[in-house]
Amino acid sequence: MNWLLDLTPDEWNAVRLSIKVATVAMIASLPPGILIALVLARRQFWGKTLLNGLVHLPLILPPVVIGYLLLLSFGRRGPIGAFLAEHFGIVFSFRWTGAALACAVMGFPLMVRAIRLSIEAVDRRFEAAAGTLGANPLWVFGTITLPLILPGLITGAILSFAKAMGEFGATITFVSNIPNQTQTLPSAIYTFTQVPGGDAGALRLTLISIVISMAALVASEVLARRVGRRMDIE
Amino acid sequence: MTVVVDISHRLGDFEVDARFESAGRLTALFGPSGSGKTTLINMIAGLIRPDKGRIEADGRVLVDTDAGRFVPMHKRRIGIVFQDARLFPHMSVASNLRYGRWFTPTAERYADINAVVDLLGIGALLDRRPAKLSGGEKQRVAIGRALLASPKLLLMDEPLASLDEARKAEILPYIERLRDETKIPIVYVSHSVSEVARLASDVVVLAQGKVAACGPTGAIMQRLDLLPAEERGEGGAVLDTAVLRHDDVFGMTVLGSVAGEIRVPLMVVPVGAPMRIRIRARDVMIATEQPTGLSALNILPGKIVTIAPGEGPAVEIGIDCHGATVLARITEQSRQMLKLQLGREVYAVVKTVSFDPANMSAGLPVEADG
Repeated sequence: MNWLLDLTPDEWNAVRLSIKVATVAMIASLPPGILIALVLARRQFWGKTLLNGLVHLPLILPPVVIGYLLLLSFGRRGPIGAFLAEHFGIVFSFRWTGAALACAVMGFPLMVRAIRLSIEAVDRRFEAAAGTLGANPLWVFGTITLPLILPGLITGAILSFAKAMGEFGATITFVSNIPNQTQTLPSAIYTFTQVPGGDAGALRLTLISIVISMAALVASEVLARRVGRRMDIE
Repeated sequence: MTVVVDISHRLGDFEVDARFESAGRLTALFGPSGSGKTTLINMIAGLIRPDKGRIEADGRVLVDTDAGRFVPMHKRRIGIVFQDARLFPHMSVASNLRYGRWFTPTAERYADINAVVDLLGIGALLDRRPAKLSGGEKQRVAIGRALLASPKLLLMDEPLASLDEARKAEILPYIERLRDETKIPIVYVSHSVSEVARLASDVVVLAQGKVAACGPTGAIMQRLDLLPAEERGEGGAVLDTAVLRHDDVFGMTVLGSVAGEIRVPLMVVPVGAPMRIRIRARDVMIATEQPTGLSALNILPGKIVTIAPGEGPAVEIGIDCHGATVLARITEQSRQMLKLQLGREVYAVVKTVSFDPANMSAGLPVEADG
């Protein structure tokens, strides 16, 4: 059993990096995820189908394509990447931040879908009632809508996290596979399978990645159930 | 406090075109379903923006489409109690009650949480979740939640319609207390004659989106033609009376009214308390001379002032009894047999047992009358 727990420093780094990348990707995509889900669920406007299609692109395009598009736009010489690097000092290419960006983009459609469904299920009469009690639209959103969609938010966040834990194609295309920099769990497993004698390492990381993903899923189930029970929606 | 509504609004094929003004303590918007009551109340609350018109409350213009004015609902300070209560499911009863307080400027907070909890009898429910409440309890909490936002006007949209008779009887006394013990004017939507006759000081009758009549409750309830067909049997005179004495031997309460003494089944209310009774037109018989050998105890002398055709074989006869008009529904055959004509002196006869809790209630304090 010892060989299972005896991770090399590089392997540990891959685990830590993956968790960091997935957590940052999940948290960073929550605000825009809620905003876009809200717009798609509640507003009618010209170009809504287009926006919906854009959000879903990562789900239907090959991950390599997304990675390449990110490289073109957020790379050092890409228009957005150059702008951010110059004005804010934020660099994505070949950094862990780039891995987080790639994971966030790939998980975004899953998150938006989950949140949008829960927003559409909100009984708007509660929001009207809050309005007549004096709450302005922002307060109504914060005190009524947000708590009511909490189960959907949790589901969306966990889906995004799980997707980030498994993201490979877009990440490796955009930020490559640099140990300690951009080598996430899937990239590390891929590397192990490419070298002779890497089987033990690949298996170790595979098991770890199963454990992390299962733990996230179970945690979200428990959390969502607890929130649901607290609310006892009629 | 005066509410002025003058709007026209289109909803698909349905058009609401209503104009009324009321300064009553409890104004009932009365009419059958589909007559536009809820649309009107939603416009006063700010949930619907009328196509055209003006809404004013307490001298403040809430809507004026000509001037492009529309005060959003959260700035109106108008409370509303919905038919379906709409308690926030993710909050306890206590948090629901306190919700509106956050948004009320301190200087304008007049509602005291303890007083409201006492008034509505909801002290035992505070820690519960809305899902664990009965229909009647939910409605009481919803009333409390609206009150605690210290509204300038309280709207109630058929708050009893989704409850059974027992639950209605549970809530009605609280609405009466609300009307009599707080100073908030109330606009109350209902399609039930018994609720309106019991609660309202003024009535606005709506039919097909238009105002059919508007005035004090007593006067409107006489107009049986204004009542929806299925409720016409409930129509009749509404009299404001006071308890004169109790007759413990026979289990009766004697009420004093301008029309004379009226005996009703015993009620547990102190002597002197105002009581409002509704004498259904179908419960009234007419005698042309002082009846003898008759079991009915209430015999009110008066003079015929109106004769109007009723449904089918019926005619509706209004009898002025010293200033209070009692309405009787009899057959045309009886009318001809007794040769009843305008100006004829007659006696209106009402059995004591025709009064039941549905047509007797705590009356409006006297100063509210008129």
